[in-house]
Amino acid sequence: MAKPEIILPLSYPAPAAAGKTGTWRVKRPVVDHKKCVKCRMCWLHCPDGVIGINEEGPEFVTIDYEYCKGCGICERVCPVKAIKMVPEV
Amino acid sequence: MRERLSGSLGETMPIRIQDLPKKKYVMPGNAACPGCPLNLGLRYLGMAIGDEAILVIPAGCTTVVQGLMPKSGINMPILNVVFASAPATAAGLATALALRGKKAVIVSWAGDGGTGDIGFATLSGAAERNDNIIHICADNEAYMNTGIQRSSLTPYGAWTTTTVTGKREFKKDLPLIMLMHRVPYVATASIAYPLDFIEKVRKAVSMKGFKYIHLHAPCPVGWRFEPSRTVEIAKLAVETGMWILFEAVNGKLRISPPSQPFKDKKRRKPVAEYLRAQGRFAHLTDEDIKRLEMYVDEVWELYKKLESL
Amino acid sequence: MPLKILTGNYAVAEAVKLARVKVIAAYPITPQTTIVEKLDEMIEKGELDAVMIRVESEHSALAATYGAASGGVRAFTATSSHGLLYMHEVVWWVAGSRIPVVMAIVTRAIGPPWNIWSEHSDIMAQRDTGWLICMAENNQEALDLTLQLFKITEDERVFLPGMVGLDGFILSHTAEPVDVPDQKVIDGWLPPRNQPYVYEPGKVFNMGNLPASTKDNALMRYDIQRAMEKAKQVIKEVDEEYGKITGRKYGGLIECYRCEDAKYFVIGMGAWCGDMKEAVDTLRGEGYPVGLLRLRFVRPFPREDLNTYLRSCKGVVVFDKSVSFGSAGPLYLDVITHTYIDGIKGMQVKNYIAGIAGMDVSYKDFTKLIKSVVNEVEEKGFIERKVEWFLG
Repeated sequence: MAKPEIILPLSYPAPAAAGKTGTWRVKRPVVDHKKCVKCRMCWLHCPDGVIGINEEGPEFVTIDYEYCKGCGICERVCPVKAIKMVPEV
Repeated sequence: MRERLSGSLGETMPIRIQDLPKKKYVMPGNAACPGCPLNLGLRYLGMAIGDEAILVIPAGCTTVVQGLMPKSGINMPILNVVFASAPATAAGLATALALRGKKAVIVSWAGDGGTGDIGFATLSGAAERNDNIIHICADNEAYMNTGIQRSSLTPYGAWTTTTVTGKREFKKDLPLIMLMHRVPYVATASIAYPLDFIEKVRKAVSMKGFKYIHLHAPCPVGWRFEPSRTVEIAKLAVETGMWILFEAVNGKLRISPPSQPFKDKKRRKPVAEYLRAQGRFAHLTDEDIKRLEMYVDEVWELYKKLESL
Repeated sequence: MPLKILTGNYAVAEAVKLARVKVIAAYPITPQTTIVEKLDEMIEKGELDAVMIRVESEHSALAATYGAASGGVRAFTATSSHGLLYMHEVVWWVAGSRIPVVMAIVTRAIGPPWNIWSEHSDIMAQRDTGWLICMAENNQEALDLTLQLFKITEDERVFLPGMVGLDGFILSHTAEPVDVPDQKVIDGWLPPRNQPYVYEPGKVFNMGNLPASTKDNALMRYDIQRAMEKAKQVIKEVDEEYGKITGRKYGGLIECYRCEDAKYFVIGMGAWCGDMKEAVDTLRGEGYPVGLLRLRFVRPFPREDLNTYLRSCKGVVVFDKSVSFGSAGPLYLDVITHTYIDGIKGMQVKNYIAGIAGMDVSYKDFTKLIKSVVNEVEEKGFIERKVEWFLG
């Protein structure tokens, strides 16, 4: 890489490239872990990858609410309706 | 859960969701709209290729999805380039890395404008030269980044800000045009069928020469539907036959398994179901819908004939 | 070191071969075409170990060259006139990314009407882009400048792309004896490829996405200017070194011809400076204290070097082979600006816009024109019409 004196138009991967996008949403997804059948559809279809899979944990699915934009795709694709979009406020 | 997919030799190569890499190739907090299909496509691209991918991205939505410097919202090496230059730049980059003995997969990732309109000459050039790159057209069917203006890939009847009473021309069949470039690999995909898309990307990675994948990407903002329905709308496109999933290895066209049932017109959902779900088609008359039905039938007949060759 | 009879285009091709360029994007345009043809021949004969990408347009030519350069190899392309205009947005992009690339411009007029003859409008239209811009006077210098640009652009104090101009047909298609340096000599002088960042798997970074801070962006732009200023020193160093290994040095940013004790200066760029030299000789013979300051580089503009001569002169004649419509000749504009910046006053500066559309300007024309300016200043003390078109 160039010496630090040269100012280059480069950037590096990091979360929050557009800020804390969790503030965008008006509804948040809430998971009913009792209904969850661990099919991973929500993880697969989340555009922002804020849904995580926790193989070991008591809750198979984790949601990063700091960045979840509240699009609601997860609610739609869940085959057992374990996810519900509830109003943020 | 598993989707059964057809490999190039007709063998089934099931990809299981649980085997997909969990590494985040799309960073949370990027600038994409909620429900953005490009984000879905990029996540699947990362899962398909992994750390060897280098993206060349011309102007378009994906440029903005990356978010703001000094941060990048996509966890892959990216070279941003001017609008009409992605395939050519990718070809140069691929050549250089091959000369240096570096194992990399160069992906030229462009929208429908950067692929089929302003980017068409350079795309055709790279295809004709059989440059060793993968070009992926992330098709949201309009110039979305500048605020929903029509492109040659906008479908008949769609509202855009430059076709406010509906587009008169039909969607340019770019996948078939690329098929006639006689390149090693041409495929269509949809963000609603991620395993099919990932398998196709991996197939492309395994081949040398120019590979083209056309990814259908319904845009909630431009197509006027709720962001939660992105995947549903993409699925409807396939189920109504308006989007045909196929792959052509060395020119031999095969309809992909998710689209196979819809060769039979009777099994296709009514086109109106797909159209009525999107605000951009709200003003369509029954005659327009009929025209689109006939269009879908005609296109299917052509594809079925191509498959039989 | 063998002397070969080479056209300007073939001289450039020899330089590209000596620099061990690895990727060449080729698109033809008169009068550049024989550069890429010769390079293809060299590759296919096994004389040059490189890959040629036969692109479908000039826009793609520079894009492919830039892609290869970003991937860490020396890459080259060439163009002229409309081809250069077509790739103009990529020209800006390459400079802004700070990736060193060398490109040859065989200068040619811009239409309409269609015109294949030499003018400097195409290369001068790139002045603002952040590329180093230089022009050769003869085929020998075309080879030398192309080689030198590889070293200059890849210097870490610079890291900017560079273009070398040679007059269409005058140089590109006319054969002259050219000394082609030994490959071993160049290998010992030109270091391996150097650039500020390079794409390869494992290096996860992003070039060019929108900046959160416009000031950061402005600083990037400012850095290009800083590199341009630094480039002046680098250009001189490289010229000196090159002089040591080949016996040919030109003077760095400018070449001074009989200007040491001159009171009047002629300023120009490109092949027609050879005719200006003839004119200077003739005028010196008649007792006129005239000298030629030939600009090798127009970007960075050699303010300091020029002003050491212009500081104490009576008059200057600037010949422009292009014009900024609505203003004056671009070299003239730069000369006036940069002498003013250094506080130089009192001299009279004349602009002749000549050779437009490839019009021939003979050494007799130059003699007549320069003489008339000197006479006017000597008699009247000032120049009445500062900007004039010479149309024969």
